Amino acid sequence: MRLRNPDRIIEVSGPRTVPDLLRSLEIVPEAVLVIRDATLLTRDEELEEHDELEVRPVLSGGAGGPGS
Amino acid sequence: MKCKVCRGHAVVDIRRHNAAFCTDHFTEHIHNQVAKAIKEFHMFGPDARLLIAVSGGKDSLALWDILLQLGYDVTGFYLDLGIGSYSTRSKEATIAFAEERDAKLIVRSLAEEHGFTVPELASLTNRVPCSGCGLNKRYEFNRAALEEGFDILVTGHNLDDEVATLFGNVLHWNTDMLARQGPVLEERVLGEGDRRRMALVRKVKPLVRVAERETAAYAVVRGIDYIVEECPMVEGNVQHKYKEAIAMLEESSPGTKHQMYFGFLKKAASRFADETDAANLVGCANCGSPTIAPEAGSDRVCSFCRMQSLAQRRRDDGYRARPVRVRKRR
Ligand code: SF4
Ligand SMILES: [Zn+2]
Ligand SMILES: [Zn+2]
Repeated sequence: MRLRNPDRIIEVSGPRTVPDLLRSLEIVPEAVLVIRDATLLTRDEELEEHDELEVRPVLSGGAGGPGS
Repeated sequence: MKCKVCRGHAVVDIRRHNAAFCTDHFTEHIHNQVAKAIKEFHMFGPDARLLIAVSGGKDSLALWDILLQLGYDVTGFYLDLGIGSYSTRSKEATIAFAEERDAKLIVRSLAEEHGFTVPELASLTNRVPCSGCGLNKRYEFNRAALEEGFDILVTGHNLDDEVATLFGNVLHWNTDMLARQGPVLEERVLGEGDRRRMALVRKVKPLVRVAERETAAYAVVRGIDYIVEECPMVEGNVQHKYKEAIAMLEESSPGTKHQMYFGFLKKAASRFADETDAANLVGCANCGSPTIAPEAGSDRVCSFCRMQSLAQRRRDDGYRARPVRVRKRR
């Protein structure tokens, strides 16, 4: 499956779910959104091998808060 | 998953609410959470003139959209920090957002107002960019609100921001900061009689009930084209490390963030009541902004003016500043 931002291709075997994917990337689900075809995916969504996904980080880190 | 309200296809799940929502009902859910925070903490009434500090990022643009949708009179304020192409792009995103919605927007630039960008200030004063940046933002947001006659300054701090700040303040027992950690910071007035004037405008954080993942999701479902990239100067900032650690706790025990922040407000905040009472505040001799009354003999100058004059002095002396590293965190 293809991941965007940064763009990369990862191998998956068979359909998996969003949590499976995030676990294999060692990403905490609470810290990202998973987007397919401009649509957000909930945790139970099944993924297909030809899927193009964006795993978008959502936690920002500026000391000044917004403005960061 | 199915939407909790209509049983349609869900796009967002919120584990701490044990709920999932379709696009429309998620939007409604977020609007309700913001309306609830505004009411619960008596932030402002329906006719208040609001100024919202916007950065082009998800939180401030999402909140601006929410307040417009809820029918408030809210004007955007964008401060150009002069952080290279990051500032250029975030300014463009903010202007595009405002034009699309026909929303009022005020744009100012730090370099034009005071002569220094954030990277210049950091290298001239030898301080980490975020500390000077935070000081400048607080100062300029307040000044803009006062000059342009707004009642309230609104910021996009979300639940994760507040929890991470609280966590840091507890780790270091910054008791004076704990006193000022609530979702509302009251206005400060200086002077007596005819010379009485508003010095600090009231500040509110209507997103405190909304987690950061939810403000991002809101921006996506509403088609808000926010700047996903982070400020390049954020590297090494501890706030982000706290957030990651807290996200792991939230993951294994949903509701942790909400419990920590609202538990603090309910059970502990009053124990740290603000000690910097009005009597201790005086106007800065240079700019008039409130500052803690100095020890006898020292200058009555606020930290913003001190930073500006140090940078100015060093620039005049041809101080060879160490360049500030600009690098992505990852
Ligand atoms: S990350 Fe630091 S320097 Fe960048 S905008 Fe936020 S507070 Fe300012
Ligand atoms: Zn629904
Ligand atoms: Zn001053």
